[in-house]
Amino acid sequence: MSIMVEPDGSGRFGQFGGRFVPETLVPACQELEVGFREAWDDPAFRGELDHLLRTYAGRPSILTECNNLGRQLGIRLLLKREDLNHTGSHKINNVLGQALLAKRMGKKRIVAETGAGQHGVASATAAALLGLECKVYMGAVDMERQALNVFRMRLLGAQVEPAMSGSRTLKDAVNEAMRDWVATVESTHYCLGSVMGPHPYPWMVRQFHRVIGDEAREQCREATGADPDVVVACVGGGSNAIGIFSGFIDTKARLIGVEPAGGAAVGRGVPGVVHGMKSFLMQDEHGQVQEAHSISAGLDYPGVGPEHSYLAEMGRAEYPSVTDEEVIGGFSLLAKTEGIIPALECAHALAWIAREAPNMAGQTVLMNLSGRGDKDVAQMMDILK
Amino acid sequence: MTGLEAHLRTRRSEGKKLLIPYVTGGLTNWKEGIRAAVAAGADAIEVGIPFSDPVMDGPVIQDASQRALEAGATPPGILAEIPTIDVQVPIVVMLYYNTVFRTGHERFASLCRNNGVSGAIVPDLPLEESGPWCEVADAAGIETVMLAAPTAPDARLPRIAARARGFVYAVGLLGITGERDALANTATAIAGRVKAVTDKPVLVGVGVSNADQAREACRVADGVIQGASVVRRLMESGPDAVGEYIAEVRAAIDEN
Repeated sequence: MSIMVEPDGSGRFGQFGGRFVPETLVPACQELEVGFREAWDDPAFRGELDHLLRTYAGRPSILTECNNLGRQLGIRLLLKREDLNHTGSHKINNVLGQALLAKRMGKKRIVAETGAGQHGVASATAAALLGLECKVYMGAVDMERQALNVFRMRLLGAQVEPAMSGSRTLKDAVNEAMRDWVATVESTHYCLGSVMGPHPYPWMVRQFHRVIGDEAREQCREATGADPDVVVACVGGGSNAIGIFSGFIDTKARLIGVEPAGGAAVGRGVPGVVHGMKSFLMQDEHGQVQEAHSISAGLDYPGVGPEHSYLAEMGRAEYPSVTDEEVIGGFSLLAKTEGIIPALECAHALAWIAREAPNMAGQTVLMNLSGRGDKDVAQMMDILK
Repeated sequence: MTGLEAHLRTRRSEGKKLLIPYVTGGLTNWKEGIRAAVAAGADAIEVGIPFSDPVMDGPVIQDASQRALEAGATPPGILAEIPTIDVQVPIVVMLYYNTVFRTGHERFASLCRNNGVSGAIVPDLPLEESGPWCEVADAAGIETVMLAAPTAPDARLPRIAARARGFVYAVGLLGITGERDALANTATAIAGRVKAVTDKPVLVGVGVSNADQAREACRVADGVIQGASVVRRLMESGPDAVGEYIAEVRAAIDEN
């Protein structure tokens, strides 16, 4: 069976995915699917995107070997440094692609949701660069814990709108962005920030992020002469994980997507339908979506991208979870041993590696360091004092 | 009880415009609100099954859903109460697809049928995804209403109308539910486009906010759905205010 190829005509990865959106949005999703397919096959579009990725975002991102931490854990640890991209995370890969596509499709405005603010900052950045109007929805709770990113978005000229409903976190920001899009669909592109939502988003966003995995595969072979034994990334919606997994799907590497214990959609969820997709979802017996609780705003999401549900169901990838306490340990560990402050999201992957290292002695572990921790320093100052 | 579509067609053939108020199930006094609406001339009732993430709904119905959920409302609980409302018009449930999916298609259709529900409106289940549910619903005699939006290309409308049971729900504007100052131009435009391809009843909902707007919409459409304007009155003033409002809308659309 071929995996991580294009989904079927209905946007399915196995039983997951699809396009469960209000009728108003169906034509827009269909146009986006056609528009993306044409753009992705157009060398001029790919050339323009590649140029921006190299000269603006700073690609390729480097690969760093963690000698100190690797020695301490008894493994060979490599980090794919998406934290060094412009705007501080992997999110820029997808956003530059979608913003270019929005312009190509004649849209004047983008809306986006954001959790920790990294996708919002990337969206605001791309909008400033390409001359698009930009509105970002962010949970009111997240605006408080990520105040710096809110200011950053506003500095970049975006309007930031608090999502006041429900849990006031990422899930509710997605609801608000979808409500905006239902009303503005003729002039607006919804710049969705993860491998989730209705078809073609999960597929399109994966294609924009596969550059992470493609680069890492070459870099890994160059550094070690082989493919890694284990590839690890954190998973909220799952975009950085899909990006790096896509480079290793056809190798023997174990693929590990680390979820927060309070938002373990794959680990604790059952199939459900929300935000346009069928996927694993934390919900009660009546189908009410449950609120996720995580120390990191970026992973505070009760669902997960449908391709992850598919990879989990077929057993190709594993989705363990870590507690907030373990995450705090992972955050400090990388800072102290390697001089790199990771985003709290990535600290989930580090926490899993630190916990499981005894079972991986001597193995090569590649981790996607998808974002830098500057945004989390104020929050961690409160937690660690 | 005759079916939803048969009932609406009969009313239409009597020269009446069709009026369907929406009430969020589980809200304080929701059953009294429904009785008041029926007494004031409603032709059918739409009962909202509250969902945690109602993406097609604006602030009023979001608030109502939240309140109902906090009061302990559940889909089977609301469905079980429907027979006790004891009104002589068809009841249609409006709900998001995860409620059906999580319950199970067969089980949900049985729950509807056993509690006297005639139809279902599932706003996040578009044509392309509707097959599995509609097959089960058809077999159980539950009429699934399809939505037609202003963004639909002409070629899509006959397919939506063909799949629709009960009536076709013409979405009055680009946007979510809620009251607006004026009826959008899209409301009569989409009603006219749908009427041109089907003889099934065509009702406009979303953004039809008062008696004047309902009258305007009914110049083209067979009828209107009244959602946020009803739910807001129920929450602010109670069932009597719902009855008065529905009587006012009834009078306005009957003038056409």
